[in-house]
Amino acid sequence: MLKVKEATRTFNNGLAGFNNISFSIKEGETVGILGTSGCGKSTLLRVLSGLDQNYDGAIEIGGVGEQPIGMIFQEPRLMPWLTVRENILFGAKDEKEKQATIQEYLNLVGLSDFDAHYPKDLSGGMAQRTAIARALIGEPDVLLLDEPFSALDAFTKMQLQDLLLKIQKNRLTTMVIVTHDIDEALYLCDRIFILGGQPGTLQAELSIDVAKPRDRGDSFLAAKKAEILELLHIEKEVV
Amino acid sequence: MTVNIDERELFKTKGKKSVNVNFENKVRGLALGLLIPFILLVVWETAIRLNWLDAYVFPAPTTILQKIIELAQEGTLWGHVGITFFRVLIGFLAGTFAAVVLGSIVGYFKWFEQLMDPLIQAFRAIPSLAWVPLFILWMGIGESSKVMLIAVGVFFPVYLNIVSGIQGVDRKLIEVGKIYHFTPLQIVRRIILPASLPSFLVGLRSGVGLGWMFVVAAELMGASQGLGYLLVVGQNTYSPELIIASIILFALLGKATDSLLKTLEARALKWQDNLQNQL
Ligand SMILES: Nc1ncnc2c1ncn2[C@@H]1O[C@H](COP(=O)(O)OP(=O)(O)OP(=O)(O)O)[C@@H](O)[C@H]1O
Ligand SMILES: [Mg+2]
Repeated sequence: MLKVKEATRTFNNGLAGFNNISFSIKEGETVGILGTSGCGKSTLLRVLSGLDQNYDGAIEIGGVGEQPIGMIFQEPRLMPWLTVRENILFGAKDEKEKQATIQEYLNLVGLSDFDAHYPKDLSGGMAQRTAIARALIGEPDVLLLDEPFSALDAFTKMQLQDLLLKIQKNRLTTMVIVTHDIDEALYLCDRIFILGGQPGTLQAELSIDVAKPRDRGDSFLAAKKAEILELLHIEKEVV
Repeated sequence: MTVNIDERELFKTKGKKSVNVNFENKVRGLALGLLIPFILLVVWETAIRLNWLDAYVFPAPTTILQKIIELAQEGTLWGHVGITFFRVLIGFLAGTFAAVVLGSIVGYFKWFEQLMDPLIQAFRAIPSLAWVPLFILWMGIGESSKVMLIAVGVFFPVYLNIVSGIQGVDRKLIEVGKIYHFTPLQIVRRIILPASLPSFLVGLRSGVGLGWMFVVAAELMGASQGLGYLLVVGQNTYSPELIIASIILFALLGKATDSLLKTLEARALKWQDNLQNQL
């Protein structure tokens, strides 16, 4: 579904960005990317999404829908002149058809009472939820998420994580999630990549072979978490 | 349950009160703003009534008002106001049109900016009134030279604001469009245009202001009708009341068009997160 071969994208004469990263992701797989701030996670997603074309290496994406790639940015990036409803429909190919489903998505992200509000009247978390609905309504084959839930409270976060799981199961969406939340990665992902260094390289890769939905308090996951913390810690010492 | 109801009522009364307070504040602000002009008018009128000032140099407010009413009753007033308004309108539309076309291309295409901007900036350095003799030579003293002058005056503020508006559009919003594989045209229409609208409207407002300024110049340089023409007539026939009457009419018209654009702006930009839209 998604193949990356020796991809490199650096800034500042090779001092920032990411370097020589290779991996491949199967259809329907969820991959988490963990790593310290500034190690090139957002840059990697930008390259995958096609926004940044100045990379070396090869990237293949096998999506064949009308909307192969969806992206949730680190910031909401709503159009300030559109209401919540219009923002969610922004980019929908045939707005009429989506009109029927929009109410469903408004309910899913808990914004049905705010559909006529402008972004200036939303809280940070509400804006981010609008952006999430905007990405989901396009039903992309590959969904790239850059710290999608970092602005949300613990409860909403869990709800939206469950929403992602549901969508992933229904549509077999392939997902790449950048996150700082190890528990989130353990709850959602089939595999976890750990990036580190400046420029970032792929330091480790863990498979989480536990059936979903998972129990957030699972002892196996707790052991994995300790392992990840260890890896992140080692990486810090190296830097 | 009861707590819930109480809370709601609390919110209701709060809402009502704030509307009332808002309205009262507005009225008070308006009254305060009118106080000094009113006192000045009264002082002015009494000064003339008591012969402290020479009525031939400084006509009383009532005389000026009479003059305006007299012109209106003769029926010539509408002709003068109409033609002046028409000139500003046509010049404004022409200047805005040129500015929108050029400004959009310059703002959007870097190479076109490098090609055109130095030339446009050079033209901008010329004080627009310096064109007057050339336009008269080229187009005679008729309508076209007047409209042209106004259009030149309107062009620059609108152009500058469009260019800076387009260049200031957040790259992050454009990237959202790119994720959805928008065509360049879609990106312009759905992201760049709305995002640069605030700056465009600012340009329109200063453009209208300059339009009124330049219509005076255009009509002073030779016209047989229009408010500027009344200024000349007033000067030649030594009737200051006519001059002040047309100045007042200019002020009213200018204010009216500006308020119109301001309302338009408020309507179009109610999504903006600024002080004015704060509740
Ligand atoms: N367009 C750019 N020009 C120059 N440097 C850039 C550019 N984009 C990113 N960088 C640099 O690349 C490095 C990685 O940035 P990136 O945004 O990918 O980090 P990140 O891993 O997402 O960090 P965080 O977890 O804080 O979001 C940073 O040092 C940043 O300064
Ligand atoms: Mg980032």
